[in-house]
Amino acid sequence: MFYREAGQFKTSYAADQAIFPILQDRIFVAFLLLVAFVVVPVVANEYWLSTILLPFLVFSLAAVGLNLLTGYCGQLSLGTGGFMACGAFAAYKLSTGFPELNIVVVMLASGVITALVGVLFGLPSLRIKGFYLAVATLAAQFFLLWLFNKFAWFTNYSPSGVISAPPRAVFGDFFVTGPQATPAGKYLFALTLVALLALAAKNMVRCRVGRSWMAIRDMDIAAEIIGIRPLTAKLSAFAVSSFYIGVAGAMWAFVYTGSVEALAFQIDRSFQILFMIIIGGLGSILGSFLGAAFITLLPIFLSNAPNIFGLSISVDTVSHFEFMIFGALIVFFLIVEPHGLARLWQIAKEKLRLWPFPY
Amino acid sequence: MSAFFIDPFVDIFSYPAFFLEVLIGGLLAGVMYSLVALGFVLIFKASGVFNFAQGAMVLFAALTLVGLIDLGAPVWLAIVATIAVMVTLAMSIEKVVLRPLVNQPAIILFMATIGISYFLDGFGQTIWGSEIKTLEVGIPKSPLMVGEVLISRFDLFAGLTAGVLVAVLAIFFQKTRVGRALRAVADDHQAAMSVGIPLRTIWVIVWSVAGIVALVAGIMWGSKLGVQFSIVLVALKALPVLILGGFTSIPGAIVGGLIIGSGEKVAEVFWGPALGGAIEDWFGYMLAMLFLLFRPQGLFGEKIIERV
Repeated sequence: MFYREAGQFKTSYAADQAIFPILQDRIFVAFLLLVAFVVVPVVANEYWLSTILLPFLVFSLAAVGLNLLTGYCGQLSLGTGGFMACGAFAAYKLSTGFPELNIVVVMLASGVITALVGVLFGLPSLRIKGFYLAVATLAAQFFLLWLFNKFAWFTNYSPSGVISAPPRAVFGDFFVTGPQATPAGKYLFALTLVALLALAAKNMVRCRVGRSWMAIRDMDIAAEIIGIRPLTAKLSAFAVSSFYIGVAGAMWAFVYTGSVEALAFQIDRSFQILFMIIIGGLGSILGSFLGAAFITLLPIFLSNAPNIFGLSISVDTVSHFEFMIFGALIVFFLIVEPHGLARLWQIAKEKLRLWPFPY
Repeated sequence: MSAFFIDPFVDIFSYPAFFLEVLIGGLLAGVMYSLVALGFVLIFKASGVFNFAQGAMVLFAALTLVGLIDLGAPVWLAIVATIAVMVTLAMSIEKVVLRPLVNQPAIILFMATIGISYFLDGFGQTIWGSEIKTLEVGIPKSPLMVGEVLISRFDLFAGLTAGVLVAVLAIFFQKTRVGRALRAVADDHQAAMSVGIPLRTIWVIVWSVAGIVALVAGIMWGSKLGVQFSIVLVALKALPVLILGGFTSIPGAIVGGLIIGSGEKVAEVFWGPALGGAIEDWFGYMLAMLFLLFRPQGLFGEKIIERV
């Protein structure tokens, strides 16, 4: 009844190409941002902010990054964990090596460093395709983790191999890392970064670069024939994707956990993020967020479910059950909607346009 | 620099017996990887599914076998029962997962197998518990001295088993009616269906065979490391073997295993110290990746022909 685009005429190309062409969508997104920026920091308690919302934001960013590469450019990558670690350690080296550098600059610079590493490991994609490439990207995963584990230079010779984020402020007293940082401050910092980067990603996939990625994904030989350079398209996808994943890794280490070791970015992490984009929807920025929310919330729900229903099961059994249910749900989701949650959202919107008078 | 370019070769040439020992140890360890890689190849050949759950199947088979033996079943009965369980598993995977996902893109099927792998990990450990168990099926473990070279009798046994397994699989694929049907399906699904080969039955058979291969791998790895969760990680070691040999080739899995296994061990022992050790973790992947740059379909994979 309310979700109608009737009467909204587009009089310019700009209006026609807008990210949210329908007024109701714009209102909804503005409302969502308002809630996220103003209401949540006031209302949410520390538990929600630091154990649910922060990881959700970090994972969303990583998922957006992987989605650019896998969903838009069609290059399957299992090296996400390694690239996150790269971002985290780059941020650590930068912020300890140059203490006067602003944390925002550190975050972005570590993204750039990860992008360079990503391009390096993306080079084989020019020759290798499909699952062969996926396995080849595992080389990045294992090699990078080994590097950060073995060479103490990366951890500033800390004996435990753990890096801790030094306290840094965006401006004045607004600390986002270290002990003085409040959960709300961290949350706002992460949210701003994620929102801006997501907007950039959304615009990137609508413009020339994104279109060339999609052409490569759909059929690389045909794309080459119509004049898209596979070299630039594939490597730019690797670079941009690794940039996002690197920033996400830096945020994980600095904003979310505060201290981290290379083991936090093992292969499981790569799979987790791959799950997010598949459950959320390949080739959809919105899907990355939905998938991240789903995968972050599901384990929390599963581990709390026995308490909710008043059952007492040993921790061991619960964790095994979690594995089982997690696996079963993945399969279930893939069968029910292989295009992910983003497609469900689209279907819901279509239904909503006709509701409540479907004829 | 000399630690990297000169010293290893000096070591190799001054202690040839030691080098031989490392090499043989590596080759035999490679065979163990091949055992896991074989399961991947079988399923990829017949259904085009990159079955990530192979590692979980190895763990599940080993857990079931140990569980049954602990319940007091004799070894042969436990093995037969485990085979039955693996066949049932294959049937249910075909019915519950593969059938509804027919015609989906390969990546969706790949994700589905990761889902299966999580499920099996949880399921196996829920039923049989997660503590480390020892598996004793009477494989000799004492080392063997051949001249100056020390060879693990266990690894030798594993190598023999893999050889027998490959021979049996080769006969099965080349000489039997079902094997011919399997090869037809691997070649072209639609053509196979049009000459009356029941695709679903073939899938059940191939997943069952992969399950039995997983059981063999499970027995080997279980006796070597103890039956525990980390067996799943062995599947990750099998991946470079797989791409080096080519996804679609059974001999490729064996040769790939030999190359990765020996390369890894030799690199670790002779070059590892220069690089800080533990290079085994990634050496196989790097080797496979560099190799693929020159031959993108792997050693024995079918040539990738691309058309617009």
